[in-house]
Amino acid sequence: MKVGICGYGVYIPRFRIRVEEIAAIWGGDAEGIKRGLQVQEKAIAGLDEDTATIAVEASRSALAMAGIDPADIGAVYVGSESHPYAVKPTATILGDAIEASPVMTAADYEFACKAGTAAIQTCMGLVGSGMIRYGLAVGADTAQGAPGDTLEYTAASGGAAYIIGSTELIAEIEATYSVTTDTPDFWRREGEPYPRHGGRFTGSPAYFKHVLSATTGLLKKTNLSPGDFDYAVFHQPNGKFPRTAAKNLGFTKEQIECGLLVERIGNTYSGATMLGLARVLDEAKPGDRILVTAFGSGAGSDSFSITVTDKITEKRGETPTVEDYIREKKYVDYGTYVKLRRKIVVPS
Amino acid sequence: MNRVAVIGVGVTKFGELWDYSFSDLFVEAGSAAIIDAGIDGKDIGSIYVGNMSGGRFVNQEHIASLIADHAGLNPVPATRIEAACASGGLAVRQGVMAVASGMHDVVVVGGAEKMTDITTEKVTQILVTAADQEWEAFLGMTFPGLYGMIARRHMHEFGTTREQLAEVAVKNHANAKNNPTAQFRFDVSVEKVLNSTMVADPLTLLDCSPITDGAACIILATEEKAGEFCDSPIYITGAGQSTSTIALHDRLQMTVSDATINASKMAYKMAGKTPGDIDVAEVHDCFTIAELIGIEGLDFCDIGSGGRFTEEGCTAIGGEIPVNTSGGLKAKGHPVGATGVAQVVEIAYQLRGEAGKRQVDGAEVGLTHNVGGSGGTAAVHILER
Amino acid sequence: MGAPRFWRNTKSRYNLYGVRCGTCEKNYFPPRKICPSCRRASKLESVKLKASGEVVTYTIIHSAPEGFENQTPYIMAIVKLSEGPMLTTQIVDCEIEDASIGMPVEGVFRKINESGRDGPIYYGMKFRPPRSSN
Repeated sequence: MKVGICGYGVYIPRFRIRVEEIAAIWGGDAEGIKRGLQVQEKAIAGLDEDTATIAVEASRSALAMAGIDPADIGAVYVGSESHPYAVKPTATILGDAIEASPVMTAADYEFACKAGTAAIQTCMGLVGSGMIRYGLAVGADTAQGAPGDTLEYTAASGGAAYIIGSTELIAEIEATYSVTTDTPDFWRREGEPYPRHGGRFTGSPAYFKHVLSATTGLLKKTNLSPGDFDYAVFHQPNGKFPRTAAKNLGFTKEQIECGLLVERIGNTYSGATMLGLARVLDEAKPGDRILVTAFGSGAGSDSFSITVTDKITEKRGETPTVEDYIREKKYVDYGTYVKLRRKIVVPS
Repeated sequence: MNRVAVIGVGVTKFGELWDYSFSDLFVEAGSAAIIDAGIDGKDIGSIYVGNMSGGRFVNQEHIASLIADHAGLNPVPATRIEAACASGGLAVRQGVMAVASGMHDVVVVGGAEKMTDITTEKVTQILVTAADQEWEAFLGMTFPGLYGMIARRHMHEFGTTREQLAEVAVKNHANAKNNPTAQFRFDVSVEKVLNSTMVADPLTLLDCSPITDGAACIILATEEKAGEFCDSPIYITGAGQSTSTIALHDRLQMTVSDATINASKMAYKMAGKTPGDIDVAEVHDCFTIAELIGIEGLDFCDIGSGGRFTEEGCTAIGGEIPVNTSGGLKAKGHPVGATGVAQVVEIAYQLRGEAGKRQVDGAEVGLTHNVGGSGGTAAVHILER
Repeated sequence: MGAPRFWRNTKSRYNLYGVRCGTCEKNYFPPRKICPSCRRASKLESVKLKASGEVVTYTIIHSAPEGFENQTPYIMAIVKLSEGPMLTTQIVDCEIEDASIGMPVEGVFRKINESGRDGPIYYGMKFRPPRSSN
């Protein structure tokens, strides 16, 4: 059975903060940081936005594009490392808001930045096995970086939703391949507001080892080579890592440029790879083949080979695109940013 | 139906009364009214008391019993009446009905609110319980916000100006200067109103009535009993009450207080009076815009023309129809449950000719207008010498 | 507001479910048990209303109730839905100086309030100016 994407939707909050604004507070060298991270600004959620609101807005767009009855959705999974509740699922809020409830299964996923692609894989399995007709997989985050930490320049808010099914596909997911190991490169302990990370340890033993081995595994499994793909999307914690990974794997600058959003919106964690894919789907032509490799700290990578179908041209166009959301922005200063992200704790 | 007379009135100072407890307030106002009427505890058939939210302002329910007890009036029956900021006006109506029906010859009608024992944020939250909790307040709406929306719509529909709204505050502050029990006894200018802190655009702090402690009390009696106790009875000859939607968004025309229109028609008809017969009126001005839609609903001027009418001085003392000679809720203060009763106290002073420097010469017919919420309840009374 | 009281209305808070009276053909939001025009002749059935309309009036809240202090100044408005009913809502993603009577708006899913740092989080519909496309 062919399994793939019936519709997708995205959401990026409108608030932006520039690298210069953060660097000025912490005495950072803005130009050096921008060059090093290849990030200019990041998107941040407002006081009334969180992973649930991002998931709902993105999913409503995905439903509108797919044109399906939400009651036919049999599974809802939300991947995030910033679920609004520690205990109580984001997926139930989403299920009710899009009226997929009550006959469905649902759960929240957490796997650092790749919880959303894990949700896609789960839905693929459920659809492929005939257990459900459609599954909804969301990757969304309102990521936090500790004040003054390098992560503060990139930890961003946004997300994307994918409806996975087997008919009326806008893109077929031909194959997926995952690599997972126990690698403590980045973590957040229960009850702690900000994550910690291993600095340079996040690079070669974590990001590169997993992204490269998952992608290589997928290529081998599918008998494809980088030249067979029109686009490639890699997880983008900064601008440098995905470019280096692409180069090492033999992908060109042209293949990855379209899906590289980190420079303009930062790292949206569980949303990052999925928003990158959405950006590609916003402009891909029928027949185009896309390689997607997500990475989640802790650590693991999910790699996908996706081919766009003829349906995409008729289903696209009515729902807001990634560029629509990137275009609508309002810059805030650092003071407003710490208020919006609730970095100031007001004693009650 | 018996004629109903006001034979005694009493009121506390209005303001932030740090030394006063809730019961200190009503005992003082009640004692003053009973002494003014010259009656004795054994003459009292029943007590009616307006109170919006003793439960949340001072954590005290069952206040009718509390009042009877602390006033030394046990075992007289006592009943609390609640209709948000119209609680006092409705208590007056209950008293009127009790005497008019012949159920009682003499009743006490009081109103009291103690609002300053808690923070301003809590007060804001309690006041908005007069709106629809689930579909207005829960969403972040405030009371000044509701009236701010009425004001903006009034400006949009009728060309009412920001300055015209401010004129209400200017007039009522000027009147309050001559009311010894008023909270704000100082003048404000249009500029000062416009430049004061923004609360709910377009309304500023000086467009809003303050948070006030206070109590008021009146003694009502049959004509026969009035003759026994009193030389200058004031008769309540018209009484009207009406409801409208609790939520402002459900009101077909939000710039018109249909509850005010309906309650006043009822009162005018019962008293056999027309708006032109009214010599002095206390109108519910919890916000400056409220006085404009109040005087329009009472038919003192055409719908939409309240701003111009006020700007031209028609509602000032010496004008066509003096409104809020006491200073109104705006400057006299607005202890919510007491307000409707305090309005009757002011009109009684005016009709007795005891209003001092704020006296309207030759006032013979007066009116009170008390509103609950954004207009979900209105009570109107007409009083005559 | 306690969790049960919020939960009871989730359907109308997450999506604009109101009622339509089959007798007078008027829509109401939020749902009512009795049509105020037709009363005993009411024939009410659930109807999902489109989350689009225009601003009838608005205010800018500078002095906020508990739970909204961090958002000031914010826009509150009465919106008339394209299918009739009016409702009170916060207007978001709009600069306060850009708010106007007659402004078209559409629904957006947002956090409404939360019961302190450890209580339930309440979501629902707010309104915003329509997204400019392309």
